[in-house]
Amino acid sequence: MIDKTLATCDEAVAQVFDGATLMTGGFGGPGFPAQLCEALRRRGVGNLTVINNGAGNDDFGLGGLFKHGRVRKLICSFPNYPTATAFRDRYIKGEVELELMPQGTLVERIRAAGAGLGGFYTPTAVGTELAAGKETRVIDGREYVFELPLHADFAFVKAHRGDRLGNLAYRLTMRNFNLIMATAAKTVVAEVDELVPVGTLPPEEVHTPGIFVDRLVQVERHPGLFQPRKEANPA
Amino acid sequence: MTLTREGIAFRVARDLPEGSYVNLGVGIPILVSAFLPPDREIFLHSENGILGSGPRVKPGEEDPDLVNADKQYVRLLPGASVFDHALSFSMIRGGHITHAVIGAIEVAANGDLANWKVPGQKVPGVGGAMDLAYGVRNVFVAMNHVTNKGAPKIVTSCSCPLTAPRCVRRIYTDMAVVDVTPEGLVLREVAQGLDPAAVQARTGAPLRVAGDWRVMEIPATCNGISLFS
Repeated sequence: MIDKTLATCDEAVAQVFDGATLMTGGFGGPGFPAQLCEALRRRGVGNLTVINNGAGNDDFGLGGLFKHGRVRKLICSFPNYPTATAFRDRYIKGEVELELMPQGTLVERIRAAGAGLGGFYTPTAVGTELAAGKETRVIDGREYVFELPLHADFAFVKAHRGDRLGNLAYRLTMRNFNLIMATAAKTVVAEVDELVPVGTLPPEEVHTPGIFVDRLVQVERHPGLFQPRKEANPA
Repeated sequence: MTLTREGIAFRVARDLPEGSYVNLGVGIPILVSAFLPPDREIFLHSENGILGSGPRVKPGEEDPDLVNADKQYVRLLPGASVFDHALSFSMIRGGHITHAVIGAIEVAANGDLANWKVPGQKVPGVGGAMDLAYGVRNVFVAMNHVTNKGAPKIVTSCSCPLTAPRCVRRIYTDMAVVDVTPEGLVLREVAQGLDPAAVQARTGAPLRVAGDWRVMEIPATCNGISLFS
């Protein structure tokens, strides 16, 4: 019988090694695998390359990995959210490397990796400093920039419900990066709010089929809401 | 008189047609959601996977799994859908989103947009701005006409790093509505109490005054919110 479930987050992250490349899903609070990130901080491995849309919040979850100096490099689109304080401190001191790219390019690079593609051409960023030095090609009169796939050793994802086969279902805006990150890493670890018996999830409501998921663990939600920033970004 | 931030948002909202699919950026653009004409069906898109995003909810009514791209807790409107980031950016890059309203640091006379990075910024960040600027047909900028120090934000060429070249269709400010055309900038509307010469004096690039230019038709208030300052 297939059983991908584990009892604790600490067991679920036990394979993550020093120097690993790690994708973490989520956008704001929804779909962010906070308990797995906390377990990884407890585990103590470092020199990580993290792929996430942002740069974590405060000292918790991804922020905790920055706070404790576990991240060597961040690949993301939006690290300047005001609450990304732990990353900001490390970055300004030159203690963490940043590879910045447009959000849609980040998504599609992950998707290309998961879909077995060697890359793709996107119009986004042509003629800007984020495309500097990259191969370009004119297709039907429009210029595109070539982007490579983005793979990872591990992906941490967060879903609402899951079963022992690894089938995952998300609520509302939890899907965000989780759906594609679950396709693009060698080992995919999911935290779920609720573990349900096989056959409970209606097939048309399985968003991530179990083929993509290696381990899953049921977690208690971190109490309290993600706190949005008070002031809008002037840009 | 000049428009408030809400006044700019109100004016933008008048130009969003029935059946449009609109992405609103942070800052003044997100305020547009409060002024959408109630007689038009307009769908708001949020990069993190919403079509049909509604207004922010009151404290205590938040669903922890439902935020918009500004990470504010919102509700969904009837007919809404939720999806993942890849599909969301297919909507943007694939040209399906009809309108993007975004803020700007600078806009050039040829439609070049700079809105993601200022010189000396300690931590840069781009988010979805470039994808929107390249992928959406109607890129509307909503911003103040001049900086806090009084410098023009509409310029002959951008000094900040570009978000995308030649992408802006129309500029809405606290003083004017300006179209970006192949022949250059065209002044369409001015705020009450201003005239084209006054707007030109605060603009860093030549404006051609449209033959049918007019004063913006905007009420003093909307839903109790002042639209003029």
